[in-house]
Amino acid sequence: MKRTLATTGRVLAQMRHDPRTIALMLIVPSLLIGLIAWIFTDTPAFSRIGPAMIALFPFVVMFLVTSIATLRERRSGTLERLLSMPLAKGEFIFGYALAFTLVAIFQTMIAVNFAIWVCGLEIEGSFWLLFAVAALDALLGISLGLMASAFARTEFQVVQFMPALVIPQFLLAGIILPREQLPGVLEAIGDWLPLSHAIDALSDVAAGTVDSATAGSMLVIASWITAALLVGSLTLRRRTA
Amino acid sequence: MQRLVVRRGRSLVLDQVGFQLAPGRIIGLLGPSGSGKSTLLRSIVGNQIISGGTVTVLGQPAGHKSLRHRVGYMTQAASVYDDLSVKQNIAYFAKILGQRAAEVERVMETTDLTDQSDRLAMDLSGGQRNRVSLAIALLGSPDIVILDEPTVGLDPVLRADLWAMFSRLAATGLCLVVSSHVMDEAMRCDEVLLLREGKLLGQMTPEALMESTGAQNPEDAFVALIAAGGTAQPPSRKASVPKHRAAAEGKQP
Repeated sequence: MKRTLATTGRVLAQMRHDPRTIALMLIVPSLLIGLIAWIFTDTPAFSRIGPAMIALFPFVVMFLVTSIATLRERRSGTLERLLSMPLAKGEFIFGYALAFTLVAIFQTMIAVNFAIWVCGLEIEGSFWLLFAVAALDALLGISLGLMASAFARTEFQVVQFMPALVIPQFLLAGIILPREQLPGVLEAIGDWLPLSHAIDALSDVAAGTVDSATAGSMLVIASWITAALLVGSLTLRRRTA
Repeated sequence: MQRLVVRRGRSLVLDQVGFQLAPGRIIGLLGPSGSGKSTLLRSIVGNQIISGGTVTVLGQPAGHKSLRHRVGYMTQAASVYDDLSVKQNIAYFAKILGQRAAEVERVMETTDLTDQSDRLAMDLSGGQRNRVSLAIALLGSPDIVILDEPTVGLDPVLRADLWAMFSRLAATGLCLVVSSHVMDEAMRCDEVLLLREGKLLGQMTPEALMESTGAQNPEDAFVALIAAGGTAQPPSRKASVPKHRAAAEGKQP
């Protein structure tokens, strides 16, 4: 636990030395939500797409940040050094997860407030639940990012995982076309992808229609997180060739 | 270390390497780039997947859990966080090792970094970054410190400073294993291991290396040793006088 918190503190300290990244992480989601609200000014679409965007950002941003941060750890030799020390893999992973989840919650807070007060989005459901879903989305991004970093050797490669792993999920999540209207095979795939459930759950919270389906969605996300973390932790090896 | 074999893909990186090391000494691991030095050091740390042989460190198999506090390891690239200050870097690794804050101050003093403590690692010179990496390897006073090319790319003055620091550290009884591809650095060690193409050419004192080959400098001695097929036997230990008092007191294997 002490080592987990030390790792969280270290990751946050690294970010503190990079104010530009912090500014971009905190401001860009709000700007994009503002842009979407503007695009759909005269239509009711924003009430549907707005929550989806709030679900999307913690996932996408944390996926990128984690995949690059852990790739840097692997490449700079710091990971090898840490694993020659008495640090458990779980402590390393949860240290990162905690740090980035905190950042994601902060990011969501700003985005949600901007969506409500500036763009006029209405959130009917509980704010606690909204942040719980956002935190879950962030964890999903973190766990998939950790996994992706293991399959990349360079920053160029790891960035390519973003279109490879994230955009298909975005396309099949039902934002562009509701999932029921997709061809059968794509609908079935979309129904299993974690981002679909992240967006469903957040839309439920925003619409105030939280029910057992919302809980089911959160369970699906949690299962994906667990699976990705397991694969990710297998790729942190004390011994390498 | 007995008959250590490491393969990577089809190539043989280390071939039947075996030796024993004593405490309180500076052991130089010398050989050209690509001779397997880093792989050998990683095998001692226990980070290397080995194909054969055994590596025993302080009575335990290399990489054993109990050794993670007792073996300090400085990787070839200065493995530090560029976006953290010197002190933040060292303090983080100290927490991972369960060390007190005072230990952070101690290793910063040992490596002469106290004045740089608030500077970001990315703003340091190569030599200073290496020293941060070294400071981390010294945390918690490990019994064995493995240093992979710590002096590479440094100017001669800094290099001499670092070697002086290694001597002081060895005098406190710890065992330093220092790799280098600069043959002249052999003369600064108490004992040298010569590695070429994954094979151990010999283990001897630098004096013995010079004597047995009759060469004028370590570079020529290395060449002479290769020409002789690396058959030069390590001379008996009794003939060599340890440079450090602690080494004389330290038990021989």
